[in-house]
Amino acid sequence: MSEKTEKTERLSVFKTYKLYVGGKFPRSESGRVYEVTDAKGNWLANAPLSSRKDARDAVVAARKAFGAWSGATAYNRGQVLYRVAEMLEGRREQFVREVAEAEGLSKSRAAAVVDAAVDRWVWYAGWTDKIAQVVGGANPVAGPFFNLSSPEPTGVVAVLAPQESSFLGLVSVLAPVIATGNTAVVVASEKSPLPALSLAEVLATSDVPGGVVNILSGRTAEIAAPLAAHQDVNAIDLAGADEALAKELEIAAADNLKRVLRPQAVDYSGTPGTDRLTAFLETKTVWHTTGALGAAGSSY
Amino acid sequence: MDMEMLSSAFEYAPAPESRSVVDIAPSYGLFIDGEFTEASGGKVFKTVSPSTEEVLSEVAEASEEDVDRAVRAARKAFGKWSALPGSERAKYLFRIARIVQERSRELAVLETLDNGKPIKETRDADLPLVAAHFFYYAGWADKLDHAGFGANPRPLGVAGQVIPWNFPLLMLAWKIAPALATGNTVVLKPAETTPLSALFFADICRQAGLPKGVVNIVTGDGRTGAALVAHPDVDKVAFTGSTAVGKAIARTVAGTRKKLTLELGGKGANIVFDDAPIDQAVEGIVNGIFFNQGQVCCAGSRLLVQESIQDELLDSLKRRLSTLRLGDPLDKNTDIGAINSAEQLARITALAEAGEAEGAERWSPSCELPGAGYWFAPTLFTNVTQAHTIAREEIFGPVLSVLTFRTPDEAVAKANNTQYGLSAGIWSEKGSRILAVAGKLRAGVVWSNTFNKFDPTSPFGGYKESGFGREGGRHGLEAYLDV
Amino acid sequence: MPTTAPPAHALTDVTASDSTLRRFLHGLPGVDAVGLEARAASLGTRSIKTTAKAYAIDLAISMVDLTTLEGADTPGKVRALGAKAVHPDPTDRTTPATAAVCVYPDMVAVAKEAVAGSGVKVASVATAFPAGRAALDVKLADVRDAVAAGADEIDMVIDRGAFLAGKYLKVYDEIVAVRETCGTNARLKVIFETGELSTYDNIRRASWLGMLAGADFIKTSTGKVAVNATPANTLLMLEAVRDFRARTGVQVGVKPAGGIRTSKDAVKFLVLVNETAGADWLDNHWFRFGASSLLNDLLMQRQKLATGRYSGPDYVTVD
Repeated sequence: MSEKTEKTERLSVFKTYKLYVGGKFPRSESGRVYEVTDAKGNWLANAPLSSRKDARDAVVAARKAFGAWSGATAYNRGQVLYRVAEMLEGRREQFVREVAEAEGLSKSRAAAVVDAAVDRWVWYAGWTDKIAQVVGGANPVAGPFFNLSSPEPTGVVAVLAPQESSFLGLVSVLAPVIATGNTAVVVASEKSPLPALSLAEVLATSDVPGGVVNILSGRTAEIAAPLAAHQDVNAIDLAGADEALAKELEIAAADNLKRVLRPQAVDYSGTPGTDRLTAFLETKTVWHTTGALGAAGSSY
Repeated sequence: MDMEMLSSAFEYAPAPESRSVVDIAPSYGLFIDGEFTEASGGKVFKTVSPSTEEVLSEVAEASEEDVDRAVRAARKAFGKWSALPGSERAKYLFRIARIVQERSRELAVLETLDNGKPIKETRDADLPLVAAHFFYYAGWADKLDHAGFGANPRPLGVAGQVIPWNFPLLMLAWKIAPALATGNTVVLKPAETTPLSALFFADICRQAGLPKGVVNIVTGDGRTGAALVAHPDVDKVAFTGSTAVGKAIARTVAGTRKKLTLELGGKGANIVFDDAPIDQAVEGIVNGIFFNQGQVCCAGSRLLVQESIQDELLDSLKRRLSTLRLGDPLDKNTDIGAINSAEQLARITALAEAGEAEGAERWSPSCELPGAGYWFAPTLFTNVTQAHTIAREEIFGPVLSVLTFRTPDEAVAKANNTQYGLSAGIWSEKGSRILAVAGKLRAGVVWSNTFNKFDPTSPFGGYKESGFGREGGRHGLEAYLDV
Repeated sequence: MPTTAPPAHALTDVTASDSTLRRFLHGLPGVDAVGLEARAASLGTRSIKTTAKAYAIDLAISMVDLTTLEGADTPGKVRALGAKAVHPDPTDRTTPATAAVCVYPDMVAVAKEAVAGSGVKVASVATAFPAGRAALDVKLADVRDAVAAGADEIDMVIDRGAFLAGKYLKVYDEIVAVRETCGTNARLKVIFETGELSTYDNIRRASWLGMLAGADFIKTSTGKVAVNATPANTLLMLEAVRDFRARTGVQVGVKPAGGIRTSKDAVKFLVLVNETAGADWLDNHWFRFGASSLLNDLLMQRQKLATGRYSGPDYVTVD
């Protein structure tokens, strides 16, 4: 080697951001990408520009994962969600950087956002085995019947992640969907998809089964339309849709009576209630005979 | 091929769990305000391994003065701890749950050494349940507003907790997890014969970075427990143990502001109908009375079998009992371990003798008992009636009393004919009969087509002299909230 | 036991008509699935070490029905299988031979020649295996072919369609007919295809039905469907043979087949046998494993016990 080698600045290695579908990291089947910039307009990366076929594939993956995920014990789902928090904590610096770039926040503001996102996973990890005790229960029907109502997950939920809060907002809408046993197809913030695409790397290493969460980046309106109309999607969270788009999607969703959560003003830094958990739950009531009242001489 | 070898029986070679995963110190102090300290009087007692009588360690015996020190430490810690956001308390408890999971093999071996129960049970039942209990209540810490006790329910203050020797670490978890989740601080007294896992738990609190004084462990005998329960600055008393001591505690706290929950004895009826899934019922009967050598407050110690299937069921049961493996609790193939103490063994022996003296028919499978340690063979009594001592008194050992019934009404009447009301089992393939009988049983936990199942989400506790208050589930929060 | 007439034991009455048979089978105690699976899992935690492991591995090898049931089977393949059954480990002649090789009927003659003089039996699947969807005459012809070619054992499939339609006597009669066709020389294994029967109650009923009809073995599955032998369904069948012997004095064997691939699994099944049916069944006359890849894993474990080193797939023979 030459003795005159100057100390040059090391050239960094860029990450190729990809979609997350069925536990794998494909590029968009369309082969398209779009330019993602930071808050000041500087180029950050080329993100996949998903097509309706990517949306279709994601729904298939989510449906396939639904049986095992909804059938897992609530305790198991809680452990998995807590594991997400643990893995996220370990990648804190990466997400602080990505959130700061995406949302134009100072490092300390971004750090607070990431910390809140980690804690949000912990909050929902604790809900998996408690929501049934809060929204379910025994019903004292007037007759010789055991009667119990329990919540069950709705199924495959399309989630349009909030456009502005690209990470905390995303976690706040995604975690409650999967905590109760649904599976999700997420459309990341259109302008700032990179934290969402990086979250996929955390999910993939956190014992979350493939297909439980699927993450697409691209034009929200383009991807949301086929999801809202899809007959094998059971519900849709419109958090990331503007007023006009939300109305259009709600109309499309009526075709198979999807459960629809309309966009609303949310301060994602506040303590969430249970609204987002219960939005995508069905209630099942089971009747079973008990002994008769004894009028005929025997109660059994 | 060695035909001779192949024709011999399938003898399981010894498969001992390694003891080297646990490092027991020769002596332990009291864990007060985040430090291990000696007892003020310098008194100590020995804890032994019930399966060998080997001395495992020497443990400090807390005096009244030490208990006072512990309560004051807990009081001091209470302000900050209860003022923490629930989400922060949650994270401490999640840390504890995770460390318990990480150290579970070490703790399982420790528990088996100190208690005498088989490693199969500590490994597959006690430790997973301990971790799950902390995990469950961790999640409640920041959700108390949603628990049905109104907005912002407040903790009580300092909880004095006294636990038994049959599930030392699990009973600790049942006490400490909900107490901390709701914002209380605790002083816990483990049983005299099984103090070690609580002292190891102190080290887990250290690893988790739990603030000093939030958890204090005072070891000792009944006098230490009595001092804790009587301490004027304790706001809450939680006790698991015998009904006699429970009544004494109820008298002690009478007229004070102390909130009390008691989880006491039982004489659980395991009712087997003629349409039961027989093979699973046999397993459930075995699990009901021989799990943890029958030293379980909710044990199915009375088998109520429908007379029409008595012979068939007893034949199956006896055949099954003959396959139980009694011996070294650290052996992974051991089903029945040692009785926890000489004192307990004497009690079981005396009650079994009373059973014989009163005319019940005693049966045990042929099984060799080890020379050292405290052992009692699995035992079955037939021809037992409601009038026999062994059908009424809690034996707390591997002794099953078999009674018969003719009709569901008779089964219910006999099952309820006891001062206890902790648990019951129902075996039938007919859902309506199960639910009807369950509805009429005066017991806090009713299992159907299973037995001795526990889960942190499921409330546990008794009717009548089996105590009051519930541990586990959303209900378990109430005991530690000012509601 | 007479083999040309229905078995003459205490339960002959129950097969008098479709309705008596139905009443009997539906009067058997129910099976609680959770409890059954919990018991199987609990026995699965037995820790079998050192001398016990050596005993179990040799016993398991001696119980293997080394199987090839491919459309692509050729005489060459079957001869290779036969050689392997006789001397599973060419580097260690103390290794026990397997119990049998199991082939399609048209390969029986080849298999017989391959294992001649070794004591290894030749088993043949018959009765339009694996679906069993053929006329009875065809099924019996299939059996006759295999027996004529020298099969020592016939592995028949029951008519699951008839069973699920509640036509128990039809299933029974068919087994009896096959039993007769087997004659005095061939033992009969009756395959239920437990994965298709779907419920544990059905598996218990099928077990008793098969034993009433004179099965020498009851066998879980063909290996051709999604769910084959499991610890729970095998435990249930072991309970059935235990109870059948207690009731009639007749001992019947059990053969789990399909899905048992590792020594660890095989040892767990032997624990089930030991603690459910008992030591009387710990013999290849009464218990078999229907398997192919299992054998090599048993051999590698056997080498490990002998040498202290973990073995690898290059040190056992490919079939």
